[in-house]
Amino acid sequence: MLPMFFWAFVIGGLICVIGQLLFDVAKLTPGHTLSVLVVTGAILSGFGLYDYLIDFAGAGASIPITSFGNSLVHGAMQEAEQHGVIGVLTGMFEITSSGISAAIIFGFIGALVFKPKG
Amino acid sequence: MQKQQKTIEQKNYEKLQGKHELKRPIAKNCLKAFLVGGLFCTVGQAISYFYIYFFNFTEQTVGNPTSATMVFIALLLTGFGIYDRIGQFAGAGSAVPVTGFGNAIISAAIEHRTEGFVLGVGSNMFKLAGSVIVFGVFSAFVVALIKTLFGMLGG
Repeated sequence: MLPMFFWAFVIGGLICVIGQLLFDVAKLTPGHTLSVLVVTGAILSGFGLYDYLIDFAGAGASIPITSFGNSLVHGAMQEAEQHGVIGVLTGMFEITSSGISAAIIFGFIGALVFKPKG
Repeated sequence: MQKQQKTIEQKNYEKLQGKHELKRPIAKNCLKAFLVGGLFCTVGQAISYFYIYFFNFTEQTVGNPTSATMVFIALLLTGFGIYDRIGQFAGAGSAVPVTGFGNAIISAAIEHRTEGFVLGVGSNMFKLAGSVIVFGVFSAFVVALIKTLFGMLGG
C-alpha cells in the first residue's frame, strides 16, 4: 500500500511537470496544454500503454487529465466490442460520465451557493 | 490577407521587449508543480483506497468515483477562493489533476452567475474546460474507430 502512495506521488508529479514545461518552455496557454495532454492520453490508450501506468501508479495516473482521454477510449472500445462500430459513439462517455456529471452538478451548486470574488 | 511586414521600429521594440522580459524560473516552477501535483495524486490514492475497501470497487474501476470526489473537493476549494492561491503557487501542478478541470468549470459557473442562470451559468460553464472535452472526445473517437476497424479486419 505504501509504495502505491509513493508512485502515485512521483508519477502524478511528473505528469504535472510535463504540463509545467508545456507552459514555460513551449509557452502554451493552459487550454492548449490540457488539450495536448488529453490527446496524448487517448493516443497512449490506443496503444494500450496507459493501463500499465494505472496498474503501476494508481491515482498518479488516473487523477491527471491525461486519464480523461484514456477513459474515453476505454468506454468507446468496451461498447465497440459488443455492438461494433456504432459502439464507438454510444460508449464514448461510459466511464467518464461521473467526472463530467460531477463537474456540472457541483459547478451549478457552486454557482448557487458561492458569490464571485474580486 | 497577406501578413504585414514588420517595420524597423517594431523589430527594435521586440528586441527591447525580449531584453526586459522576466525570465521564467523554470526549474523552480517545475519543482512546485511536481510537489503540488504529486500531493493531489496522493490524496486521490487515499480516496481510491477508501472506495476499494468500503464500497467494493476494483483497482480498474475506482478511477470513476475518485475523480468525482476530487471534483467535489475542487468545489469547496474554489468556492472559498483557496484554489486560486494554490494555482498561483503551483501552476500546472493544480491545473493538470482532475481538480483543475473541476476548478475551470466551477469557477466559470460562479463567475458568470451575475449574468443570470441560463445565459450566464448555463452557457459559460464549459467556457474554459470545453476544449478539453472537445479534443478528448474527438481524439478518442479517432483512436477507438481505428482500433475497432483494425480489430474487424484482423478478427
